[in-house]
Amino acid sequence: MDRMPKWADVILTPLISLALAFAISALVILAIGESPIEALKVMVEGALGSSYGWGFTLYYATNFIFTGLAVTVAYHAGLFNIGGEGQAAMGGLGVALVLLAVPWPHWALALPAAMIGAALFGALWALIPAWLQARRGSHIVITTIMFNFIAAALLNYVLVNLLRPVGSMDPASASFAEPTHLPKLSDMALGFGMEWGKNTPANVSFFVALAACLLVWLLIWRTKLGFEIRAFGKSERGALYAGISPVRITVIAMLISGALAGLMAINNVMGEAERLVLNAVEGAGFIGIAVALMGRNHPFGVLLAALLFGFLYQGGGELALWTSVPRELIVVIQALVILFTGALDNMVRMPLERIFMALRRKGA
Amino acid sequence: MTAQPEVPDGAPAIELRGISKAFGPVQANKGIDLRVSRGTIHGIIGENGAGKSTLMSILYGFYRPDSGEILIGGNPITITDSQTAIRAGIGMVFQHFKLVQNFTVLENVILGAEDGRLLRPSLSRARGELKRLASEYELQVDPDALVEDLSVGHQQRVEILKALYRQADILILDEPTGVLTPAEADHLFRILRGLRDEGKTIILITHKLREIMEITDNVSVMRRGEMVASVTTSETSPTQLAELMVGRKVLLRVEKAPAQPGAPVLEVRGLRMVDAAGVERLRGIDLDIRAGEVLGIAGVAGNGQTQLLEILGGYPEAGAKIEGALRLKGQPLPLTGSDAGARRKAGIGHVPEDRQVEGLIMDFSAWENVAFGYHDAPEFQSGWLMDQSAIRADAQAKIEHFDVRPPNPELAAKNFSGGNQQKIVVAREVERNPDLLLIGQPTRGVDIGAIEFIHKRIIALRDAGKAVLLVSVELDEIMALADRIAVMFDGRIMGERLPEEATTADLGCLMAGIEPGTIAPQDAIPPAALHVPAEGA
Amino acid sequence: MSLTKTLLASASLSLLPLAAMADPALIFDLGGKFDKSFNEAAFHGAEKWKAETGGSYKDLEMQSEAQREQALRRLAETGANPIVMTGFAFGEVLNKVAPDYPDTKFAIVDMVVEQPNVQSIVFTEEQGSYLAGVMAAKASKSGTVGFIGGMDIPLIHKFECGYAQGVKATNPEAKLIINYTGTTPAAWNDPVKGGELVKAQISQGADVVYAAAGGTGIGVLQAAADANILSIGVDSNQNHLHPGKVLTSMVKGVDNSIYEAFKAGTELQPGIKVMDLASGGVSVALDDNNKPLVTEDMTAAVDAATKGITGGEIKVHDYMTDNTCPVQ
Repeated sequence: MDRMPKWADVILTPLISLALAFAISALVILAIGESPIEALKVMVEGALGSSYGWGFTLYYATNFIFTGLAVTVAYHAGLFNIGGEGQAAMGGLGVALVLLAVPWPHWALALPAAMIGAALFGALWALIPAWLQARRGSHIVITTIMFNFIAAALLNYVLVNLLRPVGSMDPASASFAEPTHLPKLSDMALGFGMEWGKNTPANVSFFVALAACLLVWLLIWRTKLGFEIRAFGKSERGALYAGISPVRITVIAMLISGALAGLMAINNVMGEAERLVLNAVEGAGFIGIAVALMGRNHPFGVLLAALLFGFLYQGGGELALWTSVPRELIVVIQALVILFTGALDNMVRMPLERIFMALRRKGA
Repeated sequence: MTAQPEVPDGAPAIELRGISKAFGPVQANKGIDLRVSRGTIHGIIGENGAGKSTLMSILYGFYRPDSGEILIGGNPITITDSQTAIRAGIGMVFQHFKLVQNFTVLENVILGAEDGRLLRPSLSRARGELKRLASEYELQVDPDALVEDLSVGHQQRVEILKALYRQADILILDEPTGVLTPAEADHLFRILRGLRDEGKTIILITHKLREIMEITDNVSVMRRGEMVASVTTSETSPTQLAELMVGRKVLLRVEKAPAQPGAPVLEVRGLRMVDAAGVERLRGIDLDIRAGEVLGIAGVAGNGQTQLLEILGGYPEAGAKIEGALRLKGQPLPLTGSDAGARRKAGIGHVPEDRQVEGLIMDFSAWENVAFGYHDAPEFQSGWLMDQSAIRADAQAKIEHFDVRPPNPELAAKNFSGGNQQKIVVAREVERNPDLLLIGQPTRGVDIGAIEFIHKRIIALRDAGKAVLLVSVELDEIMALADRIAVMFDGRIMGERLPEEATTADLGCLMAGIEPGTIAPQDAIPPAALHVPAEGA
Repeated sequence: MSLTKTLLASASLSLLPLAAMADPALIFDLGGKFDKSFNEAAFHGAEKWKAETGGSYKDLEMQSEAQREQALRRLAETGANPIVMTGFAFGEVLNKVAPDYPDTKFAIVDMVVEQPNVQSIVFTEEQGSYLAGVMAAKASKSGTVGFIGGMDIPLIHKFECGYAQGVKATNPEAKLIINYTGTTPAAWNDPVKGGELVKAQISQGADVVYAAAGGTGIGVLQAAADANILSIGVDSNQNHLHPGKVLTSMVKGVDNSIYEAFKAGTELQPGIKVMDLASGGVSVALDDNNKPLVTEDMTAAVDAATKGITGGEIKVHDYMTDNTCPVQ
């Protein structure tokens, strides 16, 4: 019997966790002599108070949706993919190669090709850890972490020695050609005669991310493959009994997971930087873990959690840029949110369950 | 060690007054009254989910009752945790032993009861104490043996020793015979009688009516969280107890017509299997299972039955080496390189030994579990997606047909009782009308009502001309259902008997690896097996 | 900044006044203001300007790549002028943003951006490193010298290549050991790994090591001093960190260039400003701390090389021109 209603589990628990995280953050801000209310105001106004803020919040959220979904798919197969960082970095390489190799006449042609490149490279980067786990039992957490480092080193080599235009100081690829530039959300709004989010990086990839949420939901809960992934994730013995091959599911789930992480590159590499820079992923792969945890590994939850982290990123960025709150503190706030919503989840859940059970007994 | 509190004469060892405990809307214990007299063996019997485990967990301090009172030796007590329970003189032997496998017997016995910072004084004191207990109660175990090297029966003795070392006056045993051979169970009962005669009080939780009748002095019956009766064992009968448990009349014997065996459905020839660790699990199995018969495989758990079922079911352990030949309806069946899905398509249904780990995904809803293993069946697909309405409809039909309660296909498997979980698995496998049904431990942890139902279904399948391979460690069940009995020991078939000819003693010998009538045991019988009959003698 | 000071300063959040008209602004790269190296040098330059003129300026630290453009535009819109940024990573963005604000002057360090309102400040690190190489070769008794780079990026190869040329020109037989700390930005701030690399190089015979590794260099200098071999600092004069143990420092005048850009204010001259040996933009530091280490022979060699380079007789190859280095 469920200990508390679903809505409380899905909405109330994260909200209380969030409130606790903000309360402690407020104490820290107070301790360094700033006003938490002012700080919150800067964050909310900077991230949500204008179309400009939303333009950035949605841009960050798009990254987190992709990496959050990547963690989610692997999680349902009982695999903890910590390699989103490396897979997204390799996805960026895939995008860069596709866009630099072919003189695309229009973004609408370039985008599907870039998506294939991104997904393929991300998936391939997840394939080796998946294979090692399935065949050799090497723990996927260890191997995917290792592959983050290998991806960083590989990308560094490729950018410094192969893709960097001669004479450029910057370890980055050449800029992609003008026709491949994705329409920004601001351009699209302008098409409807609306002035919205001028000079913000949110772009058409956001809609791809929304579509990805829907597709992942269909995959996990509506397809035979999703059924097998979930069954395997819950019980490997059970999967064997049911004729589900652990090797096959491990590899497929990780390929999908890696592809989703790789797809992030259409947002940050193709949509924002419009070239491949060295540090393009910037920890979004790791944020994806927190997003998936907080989103209860449900695509819709991932969407909401990604928006929250987009807000934290943009709001935190505003705080660091325009106030005297040191940027290290922003990291502290983000870490507290991760800690409370992810790691300390049970701290809130258990007392809440007790309250609901007590209420129910009284009502009964 | 604290001194035992003063016990007024004539007070019961344990008295419970109006104990209630609820988990959310589920009332696990409702106003339980229980008196257990000192120096008796008191049985507690009830179906799964009747509330026995909850009640014992309350006694051992795992749960706190919502209301009610506990008296130990006439003194009211609040048991807040297991330490309080131990101090009050309660010892618990769990169904799943709580021993540290790579510690010695001695270390396990003193674990948690060490006095002082240094181990050595505790160890030497414990060694003397252990010696005394061993000779007093027939509890011989080598104090320096590693627990992982001990047989299950001996591990259980260590658990009892642990409780006695903590000066337990009241010993609670939860389903203690589930893992034992008949001889080991007999030995355990002798130990328990010895303890009772020394004045200890023993509470025995079991679902086996035979054991209740054999060893207890008094018995209390639980049903749906309530204590429905407490009677003196000598004044009751198994039939009466069964009725009290279920709340209606039950048939303890399975009624069945004589079998009409047809052609062999499955032929097993020279099946050998060496597992990934290099241990030979199957040493040449030959079996024929005919249409219209139930072949029962008896044996103590861990003698290769699991491996046999897994190979036949199409999912042998990874890395195992397998030899031999299988023929299904005359056609060769690949030994390896196949999977469980292919076996199902070939017409083999399989109710696995462990429904919670294999047969069901506990977090899945009942309707998803009804598709489990058959999820790629064409009638469950609709284009790219699974046809949820078709699966739900199918599940609803099976749930009604098998009287699964509650009849709600949306409920997660873990929220059903053991018997209803098993009904879901059996419904899934039997309703597909397989040519061969593999069924392992069909009624383990299943209440009597459901046992009756599942047994009837197995016989119905047999009568429809299908073959059934039944693996069970419950000898009673094998005797009741099987048309032929094969006994497995150490990876081979020790012998075949017809149920009408077989006796428990005869089968018990085979289960222990002894060919009846032979003086010297057969070649290569491991020493572990040898001392069983020696002790039983 | 001390905690007490901040606590006393304000109980309410002090939204820094967005630069008033024509106040200069400085944007630090992702490494942050206090990276013990490049960004910190820029900070010191700005502080020097502030102390001298009593003026005020606005400074920003980046959180993420996407903020570069955000920060530039916001500063330009609030009227900051000139806007100075450190690091080549701003190049691409500045190229895009500068034309939108023709009345604002920009300056960028370590990168060339060809826009009419941008001053590009570049340093000839290869020349300074060449001199460091000359000194290292002279000081080495074993004939083996080391180079420890931070993150493996082209800019540091520029240091490495100049150093190698100086070493080989002085002692063609010399052996050069090259290591990089890593391939992620963390390589700029990993003093422990820097120390380990020094130990590894010592075991291969190195007795002088040149650290071009930002904060990682602190660990390099420490480990070298502990092992009693010589080290060469970078960016700012680090001779004082271990007096008598640091052979010299290849000083890159980032602080000065920022100071000058601020001083020029809105009159900042667009175009490429090359900070080379001749203009004092790069140099090797000589002070009391390393005086006992510098022999007359060494001084003579450095003077000769300096003359050669400024006079044009010695051409130090710039790695950036063709991504290759003539000596290894």
